[in-house]
Amino acid sequence: MAPDSLTLRKLKERFPGSVLAVHSYRGDDTAVVKGEDLVSVARFLKEDPELQYNFLMDLTAVDYLGQEPFDSPQRVVLGSAQEGIRFEVVYHFYSLPLNQRVRIKVPVPESDPTVDSVTGLWAGANWFEREVWDMFGIRFKGHPDLRRILLYDGFEGHPLQKDYPLRKRQPRIGPQV
Amino acid sequence: MAVKATVTFGNQFFTSRLEKVVGWARKYSIFQYPFVTACCGMEYMAVAAGHYDMDRFGAGLPRFSPRQSDVLFVVGTISHKIAPVLKTTYDQMCEPKWVVAFGVCTCTGGFYDDYATVMGIDTIIPVHLYIPGCPPRPETVLDGLIKLQERIQNERQELFHGS
Repeated sequence: MAPDSLTLRKLKERFPGSVLAVHSYRGDDTAVVKGEDLVSVARFLKEDPELQYNFLMDLTAVDYLGQEPFDSPQRVVLGSAQEGIRFEVVYHFYSLPLNQRVRIKVPVPESDPTVDSVTGLWAGANWFEREVWDMFGIRFKGHPDLRRILLYDGFEGHPLQKDYPLRKRQPRIGPQV
Repeated sequence: MAVKATVTFGNQFFTSRLEKVVGWARKYSIFQYPFVTACCGMEYMAVAAGHYDMDRFGAGLPRFSPRQSDVLFVVGTISHKIAPVLKTTYDQMCEPKWVVAFGVCTCTGGFYDDYATVMGIDTIIPVHLYIPGCPPRPETVLDGLIKLQERIQNERQELFHGS
């Protein structure tokens, strides 16, 4: 296996207790980070002069209902240590000055689906986090205006959760099937 | 309605039932309101433009205010989010008014059996004509338009409010 990239080495060195796992596949670096340390990790990635990940390309989530969260192709298990990990929030950062990318994943428990907001670091995270709240029901602590963005007030449930009923009808239109 | 209409052209004249004349006038002067939300809109434009030319059937004037239109063409997928807008648009139209569901999404929801799509606009507003297809060919639309005209001609013509 190839040695870790500079980004992953620096992350492991700087946050030994927060980085749960790292791997790299064909040049794509991934690090799994504890939720409580996400903001400090993100700030480090953004501000370190050797990394300069100044662009948040994407922010989304995955629902691993009924299975252990894993990361293909190496099947790095993300949530086995902690009970009740159901979701993960995925961040893609890009360094414009250095032309590098890194992916950060945060395991999220089902009992308290909350992650710290990164809107303080990237204003562009605002709508991404609203979309993740809308679709997955994951709350972002510190978000300035956490409302639904694509769906409307009065929508019941979060449709990209795996246990959202396939044929569910919403009260605005109905009828229930 | 038993009111008779007499129209004279020079020395000649013919008589008809007033209701029939009104129906004839209404079916050939359809002002449409195109409620376009999705890809069916391209096909609607093809029907409206010169090659297929909806104007040949007297439906050549799209009005961009529902208050000036007779026929509401609902063209494209209707999501739950836009459903109240469609209902308001329908409510703003003056009587007599007709609704055309253009494309399979408006007829039944189409293949969007999901959390966001209305399963046919007849769950919100009445529909007088369904034109299926994904999207429908212009010929299908013109066929539907002619069927709608037959319907307009043959239905009871309300001339005054409450008549």
